[in-house]
Amino acid sequence: MKYLKVTTFLIAAALASPVAAQEAGGRLDIVVQPEPPGLMLGLVQNGPTQLVAGDIYESLLRYDSELTPMPSLAKSWEISDDGLTYTFKLNEGVKWHDGEDFTADDVVFSADVFLRETHARLRASLAYVKSITAPDPMTVVFKLKEPFGPFINAFENGTMPIVPKHIYEGTDFANNPANATPIGTGPFKFKEWVKGSHIHLVKNEDYYVDGLPYLDEVFYRVIPDAAARAVAFETGEVDVLPGGSVENWDIPRLAEMDGVCVTEKGWEFLAPLAWMWLNNREGPTANEKFRQAVMYAMDREFMRDVVWNGFGKVATGPIASSTNFYSDDVTIYDHNPDKAKELLAEMGYDGEPVRILPLPYGETWQRWAEAVRQNLSEVGINAEIDSSDVAGWNEKTSQWDYDMAFTYLYQYGDPALGVSRNYTADRIKKGSPWNNVEGYENLALDEKWAAAATMVTPEEREAAYAEIQKEIVDDVPVAWMQELTFPTIYRCNVNDLVTTAIGINDGPRNAWIKK
Amino acid sequence: MTIFAVVVSRLSKAILTLLAIAILNFFLIHAAPGDPAVVLAGEAGAADEQMIEQLRERFGLDQPLYVQLGKYVAGIVQLDLGYSFRQGAPVAELIADRLPATLLLTLTAFVVSLVLGIAFGVAAAARVGKPSDTVLTTMALLFYATPLYWLALMAVLVFSVWFGWLPGFGYETVGANYTGLERVLDIGSHLILPALTLGLFFTAVYMRMARASMLEVSQLDFVKTAKAKGLSDAVIRRRHILRNAILPVVTLAGLQAGQLVGGAVLTETVFAWPGIGRLMFESLAARDYNTILGVFLVSAAMVILFNIVTDIVYRIVDPRIGARS
Repeated sequence: MKYLKVTTFLIAAALASPVAAQEAGGRLDIVVQPEPPGLMLGLVQNGPTQLVAGDIYESLLRYDSELTPMPSLAKSWEISDDGLTYTFKLNEGVKWHDGEDFTADDVVFSADVFLRETHARLRASLAYVKSITAPDPMTVVFKLKEPFGPFINAFENGTMPIVPKHIYEGTDFANNPANATPIGTGPFKFKEWVKGSHIHLVKNEDYYVDGLPYLDEVFYRVIPDAAARAVAFETGEVDVLPGGSVENWDIPRLAEMDGVCVTEKGWEFLAPLAWMWLNNREGPTANEKFRQAVMYAMDREFMRDVVWNGFGKVATGPIASSTNFYSDDVTIYDHNPDKAKELLAEMGYDGEPVRILPLPYGETWQRWAEAVRQNLSEVGINAEIDSSDVAGWNEKTSQWDYDMAFTYLYQYGDPALGVSRNYTADRIKKGSPWNNVEGYENLALDEKWAAAATMVTPEEREAAYAEIQKEIVDDVPVAWMQELTFPTIYRCNVNDLVTTAIGINDGPRNAWIKK
Repeated sequence: MTIFAVVVSRLSKAILTLLAIAILNFFLIHAAPGDPAVVLAGEAGAADEQMIEQLRERFGLDQPLYVQLGKYVAGIVQLDLGYSFRQGAPVAELIADRLPATLLLTLTAFVVSLVLGIAFGVAAAARVGKPSDTVLTTMALLFYATPLYWLALMAVLVFSVWFGWLPGFGYETVGANYTGLERVLDIGSHLILPALTLGLFFTAVYMRMARASMLEVSQLDFVKTAKAKGLSDAVIRRRHILRNAILPVVTLAGLQAGQLVGGAVLTETVFAWPGIGRLMFESLAARDYNTILGVFLVSAAMVILFNIVTDIVYRIVDPRIGARS
């Protein structure tokens, strides 16, 4: 048996952080953008919902910036040597916000009943699960059909939020009136939601970790305009701008203000990787040489420095460097216009125009598309920008009506959770923009993806993924652009705000304000 | 016709108009590209075909368009605006939450712009050709030409960031829990910048209209008669010229009330004002059909209502209209 004992973490944590006298009390105002459609984390898992509801709900584990699991609702856990049995011991004395006791039955209900029905992303991982049982009120056992290495990453709050069985069992989950007043086990309780204005959370006085949380209350403020959000921070109206709240060019100005801190940490778990889908089915992008030419034509360093104000990292392939099993032993596509022109000449490119579809998430993305078009035109590719709103972007990508389309996806710590879904042939399905939209088919590689997901030891998986990365980077199914980091901007007197791999999504749990 | 009869006749026509607008809106919104189920599924960051199908089924989007239209019309006839796909709440409730803020903003902007517009217009007409007239008309031109969005951001920058005189965001101070007069004052201070920003464009329009109209009426024969009678300039201006000159301004104000609701979308976005304008914008982005249709319908009702009010005001300002009909 491999044992991961909680004491190890406590000792490590104690050694790692100097003893600081945390001060209790105070209020934190955080921007949330856009306004979440709902706060019931088991039903809605978009970014804004995870940000707010991440304080209300919890899962079994949390993850540090190296993606090492840490205790949350589970105080310890063990994985059997064959990789098939995951046993979790739960914290005692945990109560739901309505005063009911939290037990292993809630975990079984959440994973096996509730989330199986509502959570598309978790469903993919649960397909590997044979049974989920509670041998006693403080123990949960997941038995797998076959080994699935990334399973240990599935216990993150946005992936497997634990919901109260006593409220949801036997009800219509989506229409349960309790969704309006979410009940979790987390460090903060839901108090009030003034639609269009703010969401108010207050300290959970009965939280099971002694002394936590330090803050009395958290206000999530809805400010729909990016420039207005920057001003709200400048005027002291809000204390924290989570990643992506303001346009990139505003960041240096805000960062220079007195008493303002910026961190790029807290995105290690999600590891958003941006690329352009290149339509592998038709047009010039169907030709591998053309796709390689696109890679050589682009000055991605320049784009990172200018369009993204230096934030982020140029991508080398399908796996982000903070995700497990990343390898940089691949063909590196540096900025080489001559090579691009050579490849275009070899394929006999006749100047057929290609359409670039930017991601409609604000000015930065629009400028990024313009920079790409500029680079492509320098090597003789006739590119035009075809803009759209979010719904239009969804329609065009899911119906494969594009030549080159910007997107980004979260990786969730493991290639089997957040990477392979974009490249295997069984994920080519019209009608959804969250699969193999580019239409890349490489059946030999598909087998390798599948095998790598179910290997037992990390060493085996590492070798398998290294081979996959080497091969796929030469095929250029998509144009990998950049590992995105969305800096969090906050007042420096707010301490311990970003301490885990999901950053501010569970930040207020440990945060405290120095007076 | 009495005012009561006018109201009854207008209201009955308004109901038919609203129904026609609702049906037209339904087709318009379904003609736009994009699928609410895909947008909604996508917000989760990952979605499979099963999830998209589930959502379509739950919202009835898998049914033929005529069935969806039939259900929608049957709903609004019973004053049921339907259910929001995205927010999981009845549309009527979402709108009721937001409508007071929009009404407060637009009505304040409307009244302020009408009063200021007429006052400045009358003042400019009385001093036609003089420097003060030039200053007023130039200012009006400036505000008429300035984009609302830019004006809003500048207002926040100057009065909120630089001087710190007025709050630049929201409806009230979040977490202050004011009550009574304190709350009224708090909301009032938050209202000043958005209402002025929204109202300035219309002030400019009404001012130029009022000025032109005053000048035109002042050339008419009955004004000369009044002068010949020996009435003072002030009395002539107030009782004879203004009374007649104000009619085109009232007409214009009634027509432009609809634009005021449109302008509120931008103003509410910049000032984080929790009104229906923003609800509409966000719902449109998510293709949340029922919410968009609900907001459109309420906006249409507001425009129709403004027009009915305009008609009534007409009769009060100019009794000849009632007498003629």
